[in-house]
Parts: sequence; structure tokens; C-alpha cells
Amino acid sequence: MKINILKSAIGCLTATGFLFSATASYAEDTLRIVSWGGAYQKGQSLGIFQPAAKAMGITVKEDTYGGISDVKLMVKSGADKFDIFSSGAGSCASGAAEGVLEKLDYSVIDVSNHLPGMYSDYCAGADIFSVVAAYNTDTYGEGKGPKTWADFYDVEKFPGTRAMRSKVDAQLETALLADGVPMDQVYKVLDSEEGIERALNKIRTIKPHIAVWWSSGAQHAQLMKDGEVDMTTGWNGRFDVAKEDGAKVAYDWQSGIMDWEGYGIPKGAKNKDLAMKYIAEMMKPEYMAEFAKYITYGPTNKKVYELGLMTDERAKMMPSHPDNAKHQLTLSTEWYSKWRTIAAEMYTEMMTE
Amino acid sequence: MTIAEMEKPNERGLQQVAANERLTFFGLTLPYLLMVTALIVIPVGWLFYLSFIGRDGSLSFENYERMMKSKAYIRIFLTTFKISILTTIICAAIGYPLAYFMSQLSRKWANICMIGVLIPFWTSLLVRTYAWLVLLQKKGLLNNMAIEMGLISEPIKIVHNTTGTLIGMVHIMLPFLILPLYANMRAIDKDTLKAASSLGATPTRAFWTVFFPLSLPGLLAGLLIVFVLCLGFYVTPAILGGGRVIMAAMKISSNIELYFSWGAASALGVVLLVVTGIILFIASKLVSMDQLGNR
Repeated sequence: MKINILKSAIGCLTATGFLFSATASYAEDTLRIVSWGGAYQKGQSLGIFQPAAKAMGITVKEDTYGGISDVKLMVKSGADKFDIFSSGAGSCASGAAEGVLEKLDYSVIDVSNHLPGMYSDYCAGADIFSVVAAYNTDTYGEGKGPKTWADFYDVEKFPGTRAMRSKVDAQLETALLADGVPMDQVYKVLDSEEGIERALNKIRTIKPHIAVWWSSGAQHAQLMKDGEVDMTTGWNGRFDVAKEDGAKVAYDWQSGIMDWEGYGIPKGAKNKDLAMKYIAEMMKPEYMAEFAKYITYGPTNKKVYELGLMTDERAKMMPSHPDNAKHQLTLSTEWYSKWRTIAAEMYTEMMTE
Repeated sequence: MTIAEMEKPNERGLQQVAANERLTFFGLTLPYLLMVTALIVIPVGWLFYLSFIGRDGSLSFENYERMMKSKAYIRIFLTTFKISILTTIICAAIGYPLAYFMSQLSRKWANICMIGVLIPFWTSLLVRTYAWLVLLQKKGLLNNMAIEMGLISEPIKIVHNTTGTLIGMVHIMLPFLILPLYANMRAIDKDTLKAASSLGATPTRAFWTVFFPLSLPGLLAGLLIVFVLCLGFYVTPAILGGGRVIMAAMKISSNIELYFSWGAASALGVVLLVVTGIILFIASKLVSMDQLGNR
């Protein structure tokens, strides 16, 4: 009896061994990519991930993740869950600072047609999005809502409830712009605790009117759709998708803060070389143009416009369209790698007051 | 020979038996003890150790110093305890009469009522929480109905604040109070109440002097479970609190994201554990649980 148990135990172990070796050999033409889910990843999947995989003849498995902290925890604990992640430029920079990312090989990945600054050593830019002030068109009327951040903070001219992000990212900038700081001075002013405090004090002036502190893109889209708040900070693409779904929401580019998203590789990724080639494939303009059909996040590759891969009408809806971009502040990744932790703690303190 | 001396060999034998029995019982509890050690003592000890590790990997108090520096942390702990205590009190106020009512019904009807308690208990926490959001929000079902009926002219704020959080948490916690309390009430011998009335006690008097004290162990067990579960609550306050109710679990999660070190998060967990321990210790001193159990 004992021997039988032993035998079957050995049998089981060998079987699992086979399974593992089977997945290992199978994995050579398989990549695992993670992103943010929702309308955003749907666009990525249909426009970029799967078509690019098909073109290369490989299998790409998708999943969602919780952000750069997942990458850090994965690398530091030696786990192996994904080969590529989609991430905001700032988060990627903080991951690079912690040393958990692979340096991208730009001899494989072609970024020669990228817009200036839209890629870094550790992150290959894929789309450009904006944080904007969205408002309810039922409350204020189409085109009559808050256009600038000064309007967003003006509770007399635009009475109503507001929502802001529960994290500090791209929120302090709105306060300083509303406080009359010129665009090119924003990050200079923020470059000290006094500057951050100045921004926080501005937010304090409208705090009684902030009904919700949102924590995800899906949430701020829902808040606008349900009319829970009259205006909110948030990502332009989510509002456009909500609008297509019938939400009474509009925004003006004058309130835009531009930021970009790209792909990175966690340190020690098993399929590093293939991941690099796959990122190179995803940088091609046709995928970016296809992605932008699903959500209004603009391409980082100039070729999309040059080759006329996008209709004029659609191009005008992109944050990176020259007419839109000229009004906007570009988010500073350097500032975030230097100040994010301190600013985040000060922001939470303001929120809990 | 005295009787006592005669009994001595017997007594020794009995002692031997008792010792053997203790050993057997210890042997039987051993698997559980090992499990608790492996699953609770070691991980908690490890987190305790990690909370003293700084970002650079050396031994330091920086995770605790941070909590002293920012007023946000103390406010978050106060919110956590305030919400937990309020939820527990409201659960008791709603749950006790319900459990009492159920305990007085026939088995059949009590079981039907029990299904009413259990079905929400088996439904996903996330689903119930979002359902409350749909009901309570500004243009939600409740506000719309009240406005249509002319009860209110402006929508009232019942979600994205403390009120909404409490409504959601009480709803989710109620079964945890009712289940032990109901089991306890069922076990109370109804004859004790009859005896009280036959001795001339009014129903109210019989309830307060006989039934209520006998139901206290169940009530305390329920209160304890609810209170402790509330302290670590994440999903419901995060969704129904609208960012205006920040509890310890939420800050623990955001600290992992902010500092990328388990230490920054586990220090919060350690403080929560220690403060909870102190509160429960004081509570047990005020209401001696052993005494209640032996009544």
C-alpha cells in the first residue's frame, strides 16, 4: 500500500514536471502583456496587441494589473507573471529609478519618427492622453461650462459639485494653473514643499465642493454619466467614450495636461528578446492609428499623420493634435520622480483634514 | 489508617490518568497549533520585523517616524476606529431585536427568516456594495423616488461620505452579528422565562433580568467579530466613502504603491494590531467575558 502511494506520488510529480517543461517550450513564442482593462485595454487589444501578434506569428496573452507597484513587487520577489506592461511615463520612470526594468534596445525598437520626448530609456511611448476638466452639459450647457482650470476652481462663476483624483498625480498642476502660474513656471513653483503647499491651499479653497475623490478612470466616467458630480478632473479618452454612450459630458483643451503612456519590460523577463521585437512591432503607425479609432488617445508616432492614416475629424479629437496641444501643459516625469512620494503624503493630509 | 491515607494510591492513579488525558488533548490540538504557528504567528512576526526595515534595507524606525510626522495617519486611524465602532453599535441595535424575534419563532419560520439573513451573506461583497451605490447616489433610485413623491426637493447626500459607508458596512456585517447571537438565544432554556413569570416578573423584567444576561455571550461574540472585521475593511469604504472616508486598509494599500516596500505598509498593520489589542484588553477588563460565559 505504502509503495503504491509512493509510486503514484512519483507519477504525479513526473506528470507535473512534463507539464512545466511543456509550458516552458510553448512559451518561446508566447508573450504575456498587462494593461489597465476597460475601454483603454479594449482599444489596445483590438487595435495593437492582437494584430501585432498576428503579424509576428506569436501568441500574446493579455491580463490586467495594478500599476508599476505590481512590477516592483514581482521583480523583487523573483516571480514571473508577465513580459511587457503598459504604463504611464511617470510610473515607468519611478520603476526605472528602482532598478526593476530592462533597458530598451532602440536599435531594435525604431523611435526615429516619435514626437520629441515621447520615449525614454525604459519606456517606449505608445499613446498620448490628457488630464482635462470635464463638465456636465446638462448643468452648464454645451460649451458654457468651465473651460480652464481657473474656471474649475471658481465656485461662484460655476457653482456645483466637483470630483478630483484621490492620488496626487496631475492634480497639483491644476491648482497652480488656476492660481495664475504660467504654464512654463508650474514645475519650477512646485519644486519645493512651499510650492506644493501653495497648490494644496488652492485645492483647500474648493474642498467643500469636492463631493468625490475618484480612484479610477472607470469611476470618473461613471460619476459624469450618472450626474453624480457637475465637474471632474480625468482622462479625456474616458469622457469621449462615455459621451458616445450618451453621457452629458464635455471638456475644453484649454484645461489639458498632456502625458504619455508606453511599454516597458520588467527586469529578468524570460522572453526579453521577443518582447523587444514585439514592442518594435507595436510602434508602427498603422497600429497606433487603429487604436485611436477606439479611444481618443493620440499616437506618439508622427507617421500616423504624415501617412494620412487618420481622418482629419478624428485627428482633431486627439490631445496631441497641434491645435489642442498648444494650449496644454506637458506633465514632467522628472518632477514626479523627485517629488511624488512627498507630494502624495501632503495630498493625503489635505484630503483627510 | 485514615480514609484519606487509604485514598492516596487511588489519587495518584487518578492524577496519572488526568496527566495522560492532558497529553492526549495536547496531541489532538497539535495540528491546529502548528497551523496557527505557520499561518499566523510566523507571517505576523515577519511583517512585524519588516516594519522596522527602512527603504535601504537596514534596520530603522523610518516607517514609524513617518506616521508621527504626518497628521494624516492619526486621522486615518481615528476614522478607522470611529467607523468600526459606529458600525458595531448600529449592527447591535438592528441585529439584537431581529435575532430575538427569530429565536421566538417556530423552527420553520425561523429557518425562513434565516434564509433572508443568509442570502445577502452569500452574495458577492462587491455586488452588494455597487448595488448600494446605485440605490444611494444623487440620481439614484432612493433620491429619485423621494423627489417624485415630493418628500424632498433636492437630492440628499447619502453616499460618498460616512453615511453611505456606514449603510454599506452595516448591511455586510449584520449576519456576522446575528449568526452567533441567534445560536446563543436558541440555546436559552425557555423555562427560565416561565419560571421568572411564575415568580411574578413582568415580561419586561423577565427579559432584562433573565434572557438578556443569558444572551450576552452570543452578543459579545458577535460584536467582537463585527468590530475586528470592520477594522480591516477595504472595498466598501473605498467605493461608498468616495475618497472622503479613508480607513487603515486603504492607506496600507496606497503605501505599498507609494514606497514599494512591505515595511511602509506593515508598520501601519502593526499599529492597527497593537491598538486593537489594547482596546480589546480594556474591553475585556470592563466586561469580564469569563464571568459572562459561566452564568
